[in-house]
Amino acid sequence: MIRHLAGKVGGALVSLLFVVALGFLLFRVIPGDPVVAMTRGRPVTGDQLAELRARLGVDKPLDEQFVDYLTAALRGDFGTSYVYSRPVLELIGERLWPTVLLTGTSTVLAVVIGLWLGIRGAWRRGSRSDRVSTGLALAQWAMPTFWLGMLLSLATGDLFPSGGMRYPDTPPDFLSQAVDVAHHMVLPCLTMIAVVYAQYLLVMRSSLLEEMHADYLTTARAKGLRDDLVRRRHAVPNALLPTVTLVFLHLGLVVSGAITVETVFSWPGLGLLTYEALTGPDLPLLQGTFVVLAGAVITMNVFADLLYRVLDPRVRAS
Amino acid sequence: MGIRRFGAVTAAMTLVVLLAPTPAQAQQAVTLRVAITQQVDSLNPFLSVFQAGTEVGRLMYDYLTAYDVKDQRPVEGLADQWESSEDRLTWTFHVPEGKKWSDGQPITAEDVAFTYDLMMRDETAATANGSFTADFESVTATDDRTLVIKTKQPQATMLALDVPIVPAHVWSKVADIGEYRNDQTPVVGSGPFILTEYRANEFIRFKANKDYWRGAPKYDELTFTYYKTADAAVQALTKGEVDLVNRMGPAQFDSLKDKDGITRNQAQGRRFNEIVINSGAATRTGEPIGDGHPALKDVVVRRAIAKSLDLDAIIAKVNGGYAQRGTGPIPPVFGDYHLKPEPAHPYDPAAANAELDRAGYARGADGIRVSPQGRRMELRLLGHASRAYDEQTGEFVKRSLADLGIVVDVQIVSDNQLNEAGTAGTFDLQFSGWGTNPDPDFILSLHTCGQRPNADGKGGTTDTFFCDAEYDALYAQQRAEFDPAKRRELVLKMQQRFYDQVPAVVLGYDNALEAYRSDKFASFPVQPDPGGVIMAQNGVWGYYGATPVASAGSDTGSNTGLVLGVVGGALVVLVGGAWLIGRRRGLRAEDRE
Repeated sequence: MIRHLAGKVGGALVSLLFVVALGFLLFRVIPGDPVVAMTRGRPVTGDQLAELRARLGVDKPLDEQFVDYLTAALRGDFGTSYVYSRPVLELIGERLWPTVLLTGTSTVLAVVIGLWLGIRGAWRRGSRSDRVSTGLALAQWAMPTFWLGMLLSLATGDLFPSGGMRYPDTPPDFLSQAVDVAHHMVLPCLTMIAVVYAQYLLVMRSSLLEEMHADYLTTARAKGLRDDLVRRRHAVPNALLPTVTLVFLHLGLVVSGAITVETVFSWPGLGLLTYEALTGPDLPLLQGTFVVLAGAVITMNVFADLLYRVLDPRVRAS
Repeated sequence: MGIRRFGAVTAAMTLVVLLAPTPAQAQQAVTLRVAITQQVDSLNPFLSVFQAGTEVGRLMYDYLTAYDVKDQRPVEGLADQWESSEDRLTWTFHVPEGKKWSDGQPITAEDVAFTYDLMMRDETAATANGSFTADFESVTATDDRTLVIKTKQPQATMLALDVPIVPAHVWSKVADIGEYRNDQTPVVGSGPFILTEYRANEFIRFKANKDYWRGAPKYDELTFTYYKTADAAVQALTKGEVDLVNRMGPAQFDSLKDKDGITRNQAQGRRFNEIVINSGAATRTGEPIGDGHPALKDVVVRRAIAKSLDLDAIIAKVNGGYAQRGTGPIPPVFGDYHLKPEPAHPYDPAAANAELDRAGYARGADGIRVSPQGRRMELRLLGHASRAYDEQTGEFVKRSLADLGIVVDVQIVSDNQLNEAGTAGTFDLQFSGWGTNPDPDFILSLHTCGQRPNADGKGGTTDTFFCDAEYDALYAQQRAEFDPAKRRELVLKMQQRFYDQVPAVVLGYDNALEAYRSDKFASFPVQPDPGGVIMAQNGVWGYYGATPVASAGSDTGSNTGLVLGVVGGALVVLVGGAWLIGRRRGLRAEDRE
């Protein structure tokens, strides 16, 4: 067990190192001079541009820049954002929690709803409720996120705020703040859930369908178990593996947020920060977000690997 | 926890929440709530360059001189009087007694000297506004009230120094300007508003500076709330969550027409859109670079292109009518300096065709012209992927030039790619645009020979690569001319030269589209008056002079949604919890196989 764990974690660390190196190389391919982009539309002289280049270190040869970046990154320092003049990790940290709050909440809810509907659908496949729920889920899955978001916002009138995470004039005590944030979260959360739960539903439904005619279910029934116990304790656990993979893949992506939902509802999250960094290009910020986002996916994959062993004895044996 | 206890706790929590005073009831103060759609890059006025960031800087800190709300001429800022020496190299400013920082300390000439001096000494402090002090020889406060600035050469912008003056007693303690965030609230400032709370990417909150030397603002609080799209900001305005919105598109602006409680403001803007023509990209030493079409070096071709574009039609179709027809780089909002060309080249495709025929650009069998040197007239037109304007106008240009026998390949690329191609001269035609300032020096300087890049292709700020001896001579003259009428003449002459030589076609000047809740705020000062903007002024008159309507008590923010949301949330938790608990009970009972 320990060896298996060490192997997985070691592999993840190697991947992460690779990501850190790739983070540098990848973004040098983007065309554009960050210094020109930074000073566009402002009165600057050629000398000031040269000074700025020197200060940012972009006038050095590429290999020297790479060594600088790598040594700093290994110390956990991703430099200072060109645009915000603040440490990259601080900027990311600032946006991390709103993103995790929004995408985390909606992912958990979407998973619960999706799995529940998927199990029900498979168990009574072909029934009217199965057809309706699968069809509805697919229709929502096909909707453009921004369109659904705007539609919800229009349809609910002034019941919910049109954007942001809180009003500036909410009293600072915890309860008022929490209620205000929850109020602001309703629409973005609904939008995200509506669009993504279909995939959990479908994967759960199809993997459960594969188990439906297995002999062990007949055995269980022969033992006299109630139908929903057969489902819950025999069929579902065996059908859960593909779904767990999917769920953890998505948990890894939770950090990257959802650019469209964040944009439509002006949610102060990480998704848009990445996009903004790309338009600069704000190189340190890009590298930082890239490593953090990739890191989250890698970590979640390790968790998924470990969880398989808990969920399914067959994985342990192999 | 048993199901009953669980339910009771949830119910109690819901009750507490519902009974808690909602924000609208707790607040009696009058607040002006502004929507902004651009990020604030930094609260540190030495670093901030985004429009939203500098706007915050202007609210907190006065400049040495201000721009009049009516006509933008220099008026009292921190200094109330000024004079310059005969040779225009020495300027003396008087900082009167009685103006105070928001912490009660007096504002002195020392503070001003400290600010400018810091920018001259510290490279980082020069990040945002360094160009204003680049030509300063020395800055000294001879006493508390008198500031003397010596410049290396006469500088026309001495009464337009857009530099927020910071309190020396606070900033002299700052060790590293680049690291200093200036978010220790309340931030000590001199402006009409004091920053009291800042949440990055969410909102900024100010309270009125009741001791402001021009007099206290007519309301208590000012908030800037950040929206990521203009659509969201407009929706917030219609729902009554904010009171003032700018940077709208024509469609958004039209959607607010005849809405109750909302007043729109179509203002003259400071931006222009242009198509740059690659008339011969070269470095500062005259070394040709890039791969522009050689025929574009011919002024006849450039003029023909200008004449073939129906600017009024572009404005009607692309700008929704919310723009003014383009001539020179300085928009009509700066009336004195705006060019009314004489002679003008009006929209006249027939004349354009005839001129090209005369100049030897014969049409081939397929109707496409061929230059006298034998190159087919095929041009690339680069546009920004981030701007719908470029794509729509691009199609327009394509059709207009097709009638002229010129093929245009419209390429919509990322901003970075476009900048890259612009600097390297690897384009034929390209969309561009600039914002302009009351002083025309910078926008005119862009098209002088010295702004072309150096031998490495670096260090240039031009986008036209225009290099014209006559234009450069006029530029030098206007820079040293301190008589307003004479300078105006020179500035107009330069633009006429630019217009005649057509290194770029100025298409139009976008209107600034704004709207506000007139059921909450009766009026806002605009700059210039009439026809000007409320937000993004040269100064903060729009916010400072906003007048609330007499009974601005009713807050339109709805609580029904809040209640619904909370009840709904509680219900989900309650039902979910009950189901879970019920399930576990069931399990225990039937768990024997």
